[in-house]
Amino acid sequence: MTLDAATFLSVDLPALLAALFACLSCALVGNFLVLRRQALMGDAISHAVLPGIVAGFLVAGTRDTVPMLAGALTAALVAGVMIELVRRLGRVEAGAAMGVVFTGLFALGVVLIEQGPARQIDLDADCVLYGQLEAILWLAPNGWSDLTDPALWATLPRQVVQLVAVFALCLVIILIFLKELTLVCFDPALADTLGLKSGLVQHGIVGLAALAAIAAFEAVGSILVIAMLICPAATARLYTDRMGTQLVVSLLVGGVTGLGGYALAAFGPSLLGYDMAVNAAGSIAVLAGVILGLSILLAPRYGVLARATGRAMRGAAA
Amino acid sequence: MEMVGHNTLVVLLGATALGLAAGMVGCFMVLRRRALVSDALSHATLPGIVTAFLTGLALGIDGRSLPLLLAGAAISGVIAVLTIQAIKRWTRLTEDAAIGAVLSVFFGAGVVLLSVVQELPAANAAGLKGFIFGQTAAMRSGEAMGLGALALVAAALIWLFFKEFRLLAFDEGFARAAGWPTGRIDLALMALVTLVTVVGLQTVGLVLIIALLITPAATARFWTDDLAAMLIIAGGVGAVSGGVGALLSSRFADLPAGAIIVLVATSLFFISLIIAPSRGLLGRSLRRARLRRALLARGITG
Repeated sequence: MTLDAATFLSVDLPALLAALFACLSCALVGNFLVLRRQALMGDAISHAVLPGIVAGFLVAGTRDTVPMLAGALTAALVAGVMIELVRRLGRVEAGAAMGVVFTGLFALGVVLIEQGPARQIDLDADCVLYGQLEAILWLAPNGWSDLTDPALWATLPRQVVQLVAVFALCLVIILIFLKELTLVCFDPALADTLGLKSGLVQHGIVGLAALAAIAAFEAVGSILVIAMLICPAATARLYTDRMGTQLVVSLLVGGVTGLGGYALAAFGPSLLGYDMAVNAAGSIAVLAGVILGLSILLAPRYGVLARATGRAMRGAAA
Repeated sequence: MEMVGHNTLVVLLGATALGLAAGMVGCFMVLRRRALVSDALSHATLPGIVTAFLTGLALGIDGRSLPLLLAGAAISGVIAVLTIQAIKRWTRLTEDAAIGAVLSVFFGAGVVLLSVVQELPAANAAGLKGFIFGQTAAMRSGEAMGLGALALVAAALIWLFFKEFRLLAFDEGFARAAGWPTGRIDLALMALVTLVTVVGLQTVGLVLIIALLITPAATARFWTDDLAAMLIIAGGVGAVSGGVGALLSSRFADLPAGAIIVLVATSLFFISLIIAPSRGLLGRSLRRARLRRALLARGITG
């Protein structure tokens, strides 16, 4: 595979940008899910949006993004409220409540996909799982020099613009409420006595996660959303106890995995001599797992090896 | 039964048996608060299935041979569950993060492998995708008998190890202190869950098998506090969901069986949440009202 500038700029660059910003948004928001022990809300949300997306399509009748995103957001909210109701009213344990609700909604989505109009277009379940990173094209640039033209940047694909906007929104909201979020994550009881509604903040966190997940969903699919909500934040957790560092490390990890995972999928096989590309969303998820796995072993203070040698040294000293 | 054709009957019996097995086995997952471990387990079977397929191709066996694929599914599912337990035990990460990370990374690996298979000229990967969403309607009588055998094995194992499983579900600490081999009992239980997941995969698919493990058990919990009764009710709810779902989907062409089976189970869950006398909403609020009246009658207010 020869890599000429025009192909790179129109095929790989937009996909790289989409992957980067999808990963950054999810990684940023995921910190709060992981710290609040709500990591599986991400899993539940990304399965539960399926009926919303299909319903949005069925109602609007087009493959337009706005109705589908509105449907997804509605489904995510419905899922969140239902999980909470089942937990409170039915006194069902959180894991089981999530399991019942998200599988039910996912099943509803699968049924809706099979109904008349949805069947005729390629609204198949594949794109829900894997996303369509490879299908984001930017046809305008023909060479590197074109990138200096500001008018050209206005023609960036909609998905990329949307992901950048959602990332900026999440970043701003989180920076504004950083103190409240930190308090609720580490000491919800104190937050309550200080008059901060930890329940309300919790809903905000889930809402933010739903927003990031849905924006990323269309481009990268549900697996990558789950991986990116959880893995970078979990990785950062192994390096630091400070909120600021946690956010920065998770963003770094998210960004590196997004770019690196895409590059591995697009260019890795051809470097090895195979003329093909593997699925980028899957490859990003795997890279996130590899980084998490290495961190689990090697992180300086909380890694498995550091803990084991620490124990051994304490044992020798005693 | 005159109205039901042979094919429908096969699917009906197979789905009923799967619902029965998954409902019973799922009770222990729900009681041990491990409902979402089955989520990770089922997603994590994908890389195993595709690796088994590729291995089969490399060795010159038909990659679509079912025992091979299911063995691959079981192996990667077990590795995933062990990884979750290792992360929980050896690191500061909590179980939810471990489950989510393992689930998505394994599934991602499966998707990457699947995209490799699709690029291979010789491979016919058409059957592999069936594992993700299931293909109930394509069930043949051999598979239905396999599902029947699964239900029998599950029931027999639960009956044999009832005391052990019950101890583990309700008081693991006591069981360990009393000298029970909790590690091995746990392993047996996980093996049973893996078996049900792997065998159920191609019937309802890997997302919806989670529902068959969790929803009937959570439904049964509303009706009783007794484990034996819970097992019977959960098995019944699973079986009814399987049967009714399969029947509905055979009558209406655009209702996919796996999803309808799950929706029947979900409906039974919500109905039970409201009307179950023991732990349902109505039962609880009636009891509260009665208690309040009794207290008021004795002049105790507050």
